Amino acid sequence: MRGFLQPHRIGLIAAALALCVYAAVTMRWDWIPRYAGLGLEGLWRTLWLLALSILIGFAMAVPLGLAQAAGPRIVAVPAKWFCTIIRGTPLLLQIWLIYFGLGSLFPQFPSIRQSELWPYLRQAWPYALLALSMSYAGYEGEVMRGAFKSVPHGQLESARAYGLSRWAVFRRIWLPQALARALPTLGGETVLQLKATPLVATITVIEIYSVASRVRQDTFIIYEPLLLLALVYMAIAGLIGLGFRWLEKRYTPGLG
Amino acid sequence: MLDWLYQLWPGLETSVTLLSLEPPGWGGNLLRGAVNSIIIALGAFILGCVIGIGGAMGKLSGGPITRDLLAVYTTVVRAVPELILILLLYYAGTDLLNQMLRAFGYRPIEISGLVAGIGVLGIVQGAYATEVLRGAIQAVPKGQIEAARAYGMTPFQTFRRVTFPAMLPLALPGLSNLWLIATKDTALLAIVGFSELTLETRQAAGSTRAYFTFFLAAGALYLLMTLVSGRLFGWIETRFRRHQVGARA
Repeated sequence: MRGFLQPHRIGLIAAALALCVYAAVTMRWDWIPRYAGLGLEGLWRTLWLLALSILIGFAMAVPLGLAQAAGPRIVAVPAKWFCTIIRGTPLLLQIWLIYFGLGSLFPQFPSIRQSELWPYLRQAWPYALLALSMSYAGYEGEVMRGAFKSVPHGQLESARAYGLSRWAVFRRIWLPQALARALPTLGGETVLQLKATPLVATITVIEIYSVASRVRQDTFIIYEPLLLLALVYMAIAGLIGLGFRWLEKRYTPGLG
Repeated sequence: MLDWLYQLWPGLETSVTLLSLEPPGWGGNLLRGAVNSIIIALGAFILGCVIGIGGAMGKLSGGPITRDLLAVYTTVVRAVPELILILLLYYAGTDLLNQMLRAFGYRPIEISGLVAGIGVLGIVQGAYATEVLRGAIQAVPKGQIEAARAYGMTPFQTFRRVTFPAMLPLALPGLSNLWLIATKDTALLAIVGFSELTLETRQAAGSTRAYFTFFLAAGALYLLMTLVSGRLFGWIETRFRRHQVGARA
């Protein structure tokens, strides 16, 4: 704390506080109570879209990375192409392709229209979740490829020599070490995924960003909602960073 | 010539007509959008590199206040979604510029989407470039820089003759990544209504209802851009690294 509070820092903090006070006094914040409920709902939707897409995307990324690192050509090549295509095209385009493309394709099949899934497929969020998960899978597949390759081969061989089955080697030695090695990169990628979530507002998913746009359209207040939104995203990004730092502290020591 | 293909794949003929370069095809619009995207990406990348060099020098050899302000800049830009930064900077930038013009007695102007796009994406790129270049400069052996100073070179000469050429090969992988991000970030300008590739595609797809055709075509164009520039950067990297002993090609 002593190192942080140097004289010039105190001045800078005072200037930042003064700026905050100035913003609080001169700018318009009277819209907040009216939109607070909607904002919280949007925040909740952003968070679970983020969490679910990371879970699904990561579940896809592990086989994608494994296929590229150690698989035979017949799985390695398609996995590599999947990652290249996802990483080579803008996420916004992928979201629109999935939403408008699949969304216009599905209603043409009566079997889909009459299925149990149809009430969900008529909403926008399944398409958003699919697009976000695939994007995360594509980027993390590449990360996991490097992580799987970086685990020393001798460890895997000695585990096999001890009589562990292939699955046990993967579960107890290969995957945990690859995960620990990938953790710092995954933290950064998760923040990138958070920054990608407002794109789903363009396909009518009401998350926190689209609430702010709505405030802008309703009240013609431009800066205040955007500034508040920036603060919210910074807070979430900070929490993600803290979480990953804790994970790293717990799991990276003891890497061979 | 393609008749046998059309018979094999009935939807292909309509797709080809939709994508043809002259109206009623939309291929010309798509290509124009792609050119716009490339121009913006190039401009933003160059601006970002310039900001990055300044930022990296400031972070490494600036005073405490400069360093703290630069830290705030890179942290904020890397934590806030690009979309929000684009909106904020777009509105705030035009506002500020017009206020300044008014203060000096000029009439307010409408900023073109191209300039605004380059400016906004350049500021975003600058934050990432600052970190990439800072890492690269720090990796240059200190002895080389001290030797240059001992020869009596001015700080600028040292930078131009020693630090810059020595750090470039180290910075290239990060910079090539940034270039790929720049090409993809241009798609975000579709949301503020600038007619680059993604928005042109959406308009074409919306008015013809051929969503898959157009989005896949645009995807192919983006992929072409990334693959070609990946090759290009790979070639540049081997060129700049050939003098390094034991460097991986």
